[in-house]
Amino acid sequence: MSVNLIGLATGIIFGALLQRCRVIRYEKQLDVLLFKDWTVLKFMLSAICVGMVGIYLLKDAGIAKLALKPAILGGVIFGGLVFGAGWALIGYCPATSMAALGEGRIDAFWGIAGMVLGAGIFAHAYPLVKKMLLSWGDLGKLTLPQVMHVNHWLVIAALLAGLWLLKRAADRSGN
Amino acid sequence: MAEDKKAMNPYLGGALAGLLAVASVWLTGKFFGASTTFVRAAGFIEKNFYPKAVAGMEYYIKEAPVVDWQWMFVTGVLLGSLAAALLTGTFKFQAVPDKWRERFGACPVKRGLAAFCGGVIAMFGARLADGCPSGHGLSGMMQLSLSSLIALFCFFLGGIVVSRMLYGGRRLI
Repeated sequence: MSVNLIGLATGIIFGALLQRCRVIRYEKQLDVLLFKDWTVLKFMLSAICVGMVGIYLLKDAGIAKLALKPAILGGVIFGGLVFGAGWALIGYCPATSMAALGEGRIDAFWGIAGMVLGAGIFAHAYPLVKKMLLSWGDLGKLTLPQVMHVNHWLVIAALLAGLWLLKRAADRSGN
Repeated sequence: MAEDKKAMNPYLGGALAGLLAVASVWLTGKFFGASTTFVRAAGFIEKNFYPKAVAGMEYYIKEAPVVDWQWMFVTGVLLGSLAAALLTGTFKFQAVPDKWRERFGACPVKRGLAAFCGGVIAMFGARLADGCPSGHGLSGMMQLSLSSLIALFCFFLGGIVVSRMLYGGRRLI
């Protein structure tokens, strides 16, 4: 099977999981931002927990390589805040907008059209953006274990423990 | 709600998504992501109107308009959701989400405009941050990436502020 076909199959399974967990609903996306419903956060954190263990097992076995994005502070901080602002308005993120359209949410179509336009505007603004924002605070491609100078399994263990405590607190409070 | 009983536990669904992400990296070396595909889509559209200019644009050279793994992945997300919705009887045409309607009314144009503008802003930000909740939030966090932790924090911070402006005490729009 070609890489592209595997990509399609992976997307189909991922889209089905997003739909079955209802994390693609406008209500779920807004309510996590409004601290009213933790479904989206539960899905994300659970995926991260399983994923980080698996990815680092593959990396230690020499099977997989990391694909890190550089920590350019000007880009991730401003870009992150701008993305968040737009996310609250559209109520879907890039992947979930596609899934939302798949389950019949017409408003996601307008969101997707907007996102294509936004990507085009960025492509035109790129030379300027690169000079102004993407030149500030480039720390390089770093991982948390590298920043903290500790073994990656220590960071993973700490994160798993922290998230387990968070889950217990959430269960107790009835969320 | 009858539909709620059929929904999957988000911890289970998330764990399965995590396994899927690991399998993807194992089989193809590809990490989940979505927002780069929107750049390629914009490039495809612009190429129709002025191919020469697009061929010379730095960002379209970096993220060339071609169908790649991620393009197929994003297409798959739509198809997978469609299939799951049809199979479980949860497919529903809806132009205005319930929560939006309660707050801002049933006008589909108003909602469509907000979604469109939100989309423009969100994607500009995602490209500036070099990732979205898939690329940074899931894939980057799984790699314990510093940039992704900062980006994810900022995604939520920006989202929390604007969602409160929208759904806080006073109505702004």
